[in-house]
Amino acid sequence: MKLDFGGLESSAPLYGGNDDVLADGFSAAPSFDLPVTSDFDGFQKNSIQMVKPAKGTTTLAFIFKEGVMVAADSRASMGGYISSQSVKKIIEINPYMLGTMAGGAADCQFWHRNLGIKCRLHELANKRRISVTGASKLLANILYSYRGMGLSVGTMIAGWDEKGPGLYYVDSEGGRLKGTKFSVGSGSPYAYGVLDSGYHYDMTIDEAAELARRSIYHATFRDGASGGVASVYHVGPTGWTKLSGDDVGELHYSYYPVEPAIVEQEMTEAVVA
Amino acid sequence: MPKEHANWSPYDNNGGTCVAIAGADYCVIAADTRMSTGYSILTRDYSKICKLKLESLMEKRIRNWLFAYLGVELASQSFRRIKDKCDFQVYLCRFMVWEYLRADKSFMASSGFQADVKALQKVLSSRHLIYQHQHNKQMSCPAMAQLLSNTLYYKRFFPYYAFNVLGGLDSEGKGCVFTYDAVGSYERVGYSAQGSGATLITPFLDNQLKSPSPLLLPAKDAVTPLSEAEAIDLVKTCFSSATERDIYTVSSYILVFSFSYAFALSRGVNESSRDQKINTRLELD
Repeated sequence: MKLDFGGLESSAPLYGGNDDVLADGFSAAPSFDLPVTSDFDGFQKNSIQMVKPAKGTTTLAFIFKEGVMVAADSRASMGGYISSQSVKKIIEINPYMLGTMAGGAADCQFWHRNLGIKCRLHELANKRRISVTGASKLLANILYSYRGMGLSVGTMIAGWDEKGPGLYYVDSEGGRLKGTKFSVGSGSPYAYGVLDSGYHYDMTIDEAAELARRSIYHATFRDGASGGVASVYHVGPTGWTKLSGDDVGELHYSYYPVEPAIVEQEMTEAVVA
Repeated sequence: MPKEHANWSPYDNNGGTCVAIAGADYCVIAADTRMSTGYSILTRDYSKICKLKLESLMEKRIRNWLFAYLGVELASQSFRRIKDKCDFQVYLCRFMVWEYLRADKSFMASSGFQADVKALQKVLSSRHLIYQHQHNKQMSCPAMAQLLSNTLYYKRFFPYYAFNVLGGLDSEGKGCVFTYDAVGSYERVGYSAQGSGATLITPFLDNQLKSPSPLLLPAKDAVTPLSEAEAIDLVKTCFSSATERDIYTVSSYILVFSFSYAFALSRGVNESSRDQKINTRLELD
C-alpha cells in the first residue's frame, strides 16, 4: 500500500542540516507507519476497538447579515465513558478563520493544525490571507487522499475573506459543500430543529448568538454524547471573537427556571380532642 | 511480504494507572509500578514514568554560563551550602535561575502496552536530545506536549497502544498537565488520570478538585487550590482507593514525582495501602 504524504511536508527542515547524522533512525519527512498485514481494514477495526479514540459532538455554524456564527459543545466520550467535558471543539486557525471539530478528536486536531500551517505558508508566499474557499479545499483534498483509511472528520470551515463571510462543510469521505447553515455531529438533528425554526438572515449579532447557544443547549439536552460548555464564536469583517461560553447545566436553569412549588396543604397540629 | 498470521494482534495491555495534578507552582505526577498481562503479574517494580531530562553536556554548558555570568562559587554548590552564606537574597535569586535552567521540564507517565510505551519514550527522548543540541535549551512542557501529540498521530494507522499524561512546568513556572488519547488528541487540564484505574480515579478527582471550565466566558479562575503536600496526599489516596477495586493497580508501591521551583523530588513509597504514610521523601541536592 502506498500513501501520499504530501500533506505533511513543510518547507522547514525537521532537524536543521541536510546531511543529518543526528536524524539517523528517523525519517526526514514525517510519514505514517503502516502495519504489515494483508487485512488492513480488519486491523484498523480491531485497533479502533482497543484504543477507542475520543468522539461525539454537536457543532453548528451559519451565515447571517453580520457574518458567521459558530457554536459547539465540549464533551468527548470514549464509548460510554465521558473522557472530557472541556474539549476545545472550535479551533482557531487564524484570526479570521475557525474550524469546528466533529468525529475523531485526534484526526480533527491534527489536520486542523496541519491546515493552520498551510494557511500561514500561503499567507507568507502570497502576501495575503487565504480565502475560506481555498482553505477548505486544502483540507478536503488532504482528507480525500486518505479516503478509505478510516479517518473520521466532520468539520466546518468558517471565516471572513475578501469576498465576505464564508462557510464550508468538509468531511473525511471527501465531501465539501458550500452553504449558509450547517450542523455536524451526533447531536446535529436536535440542533437543526431549533436552528431551522429560529433562523432569519436579518438577525442581529445578539439574536444570532442566542439562537446558536439555544440550539447547542437543546442538542445537549437530547443527545447523551453532547454536553459540557456551549461556546459561541462570531466571525465578522475584523476577525473572530468569542461571544460566550456557558455551562449547559446553568443554561438549563436560565431557560427553564425552577418555579417554587405551590403548597397545596400545610401540615398543622392535630387538634386534641 | 513477511509471513502473516490469520488473526494478527500485536498488542497486549499491561495495565497500570497514572495520575497527574497541576498546581499554581508545582506539578505532581504518579504511577503505580505493577506490570501485568492478563491475570499474571510480570513485575511489581516497573516505572511507568519517563523523565524527559536535561542532557549532561547541556548541564555542563549551563554551569559554564553560570560561572561566567553569575559568580564562581554558585555553579558548583548545593542549595544548602548557599543558604548558609550571608547574602541570602542574592543567592536565592541566582539559585532560582540556576535551578530553572537545570530543572527537567517534563515527565511522561504512560499505561497501556509497555513495549509501545518504551518505543515512544525512546523517540521522545531522542527528539528532546536533538532539540537541546540545536537550541541550547530544553524543550518547554507545552512544546513537548505538541511533539508527543504529533508523534502519536504519525502512528495513526498502527497506533502506539499507550495512554499518556504529560506533566511539567510551563514557561511561567505554572504546573501543567496534558492528557492524551492513543492517537494523539490532547488537552491541557488541571488534573488527569489514565490507564486501567482512570475510570475509578477521575470521578474522585472531579469531586475533590473540579474547577470552572477553561472554556467559560467570562473566564473563571481555574487553579487547583491545593498545596503541594496536599496534592501528594490526594494522589496517594487515589491509588489506595483504586487498588481496592482494580486488580491491575496496586498502591503498595507507587512512584510520585513532584516538582516545583523548590524542586523537591519525592519518591513516596507507600508500604501499606491502609495507613497512608509518606515513608521516604528524598530531596534533590
